[in-house]
Amino acid sequence: MPVSVDSSRLIYDALKGCGVGLVSALPETWLVHLIRMAEDDPEMVLVRLAKEEEGVGISAGAHLAGTKSAMLMQNHGFLASVNGIVSCAQLYRIPLLMLISHRGEFGERDPWQTEGGGVTEHVLQALRIPFAYLDSPSHVSHRIRKGLTLAYSSNKPVALLLCRDLMWEE
Amino acid sequence: MLRVDALKSVYDRLRDRVVITIMGAVAAELQGIGHRPNFFYLQHAMGLASSMGLGVALTRPDLSVVVFDGDGSILMNLGGLTTLARYRPKNLVHVVFDNESLLSVGGFPTATSTGSDIAAMAAAAGVPRAATVRTLEEFVAAFDDALAARELTTIVAKVDAKGPAGFVTDLALLENRFEFQRWLKTAGASRSSHPAA
Repeated sequence: MPVSVDSSRLIYDALKGCGVGLVSALPETWLVHLIRMAEDDPEMVLVRLAKEEEGVGISAGAHLAGTKSAMLMQNHGFLASVNGIVSCAQLYRIPLLMLISHRGEFGERDPWQTEGGGVTEHVLQALRIPFAYLDSPSHVSHRIRKGLTLAYSSNKPVALLLCRDLMWEE
Repeated sequence: MLRVDALKSVYDRLRDRVVITIMGAVAAELQGIGHRPNFFYLQHAMGLASSMGLGVALTRPDLSVVVFDGDGSILMNLGGLTTLARYRPKNLVHVVFDNESLLSVGGFPTATSTGSDIAAMAAAAGVPRAATVRTLEEFVAAFDDALAARELTTIVAKVDAKGPAGFVTDLALLENRFEFQRWLKTAGASRSSHPAA
């Protein structure tokens, strides 16, 4: 499976470096190494979800209780979480760091992933959620740090789109 | 059993605990009895109160967390029961007030009115302690047992489909949110004098 271990490690270390202490996740191919890194890290609380929207509530609870968190999900999981994002995280001004694997873009081979890719940015824009792309190892660390900084200063959700050029080696 | 009576009967147990409620009647009635800074009312995002409770319980194992859920809300997040059960925080008591209806939006019946059994679903999901209670006495006993058990418990309290006259209160959502966060920040200071049950 050509998911990049090096890029996953960079992302994971950046999250840890920012003080993230809880990660919620629903597996998808591009996230396997990240989830395993969380699994193997005794300092990290990993919450495996049945559906991504739960992660919004879990992150809200963790934030109010004083723990920084991140959500790991596919863009279809983001689409499945929209009501929670709007009526929990936005309504209650929760800083929410969402790492979203951006499936369905150039190079996508799985036909079933191709609809979600085309709408992800538009939905983020419609929700007025600031987002940035993680598509090269060179900017992973500082974009995650800056994203979390903005999430906390604005008390709002922020998204980072994990792109094929970063996550997939072929 | 009336939900407001159930809330009144355990109100004094909530003093030093993290309390998270759903929207609608539960939030309005608990505020009517008396708001406290350790009470958070999730006035939307149906289904996520139990997930919020899990987020607090996992990150603050030193605190006792009580979630007041409802049948309509938990039916929107049944998968969340499996997540609760998976991590089964010992410091979380999950109360589901089941009035078999969506009371605040016209009283239309939920699936519990036609036989869906939330306690059985919680138990089947893996929640170690789950029971249905129908009287005030049973509810208070089950609540106290759950606090003492130090094991994840779901209590389904069958209540009448009766609520307050109105659902909007004078506590602003963000006022509640920031006050609650501030309470959580200092709750550690009272850890030794008020240990979580």
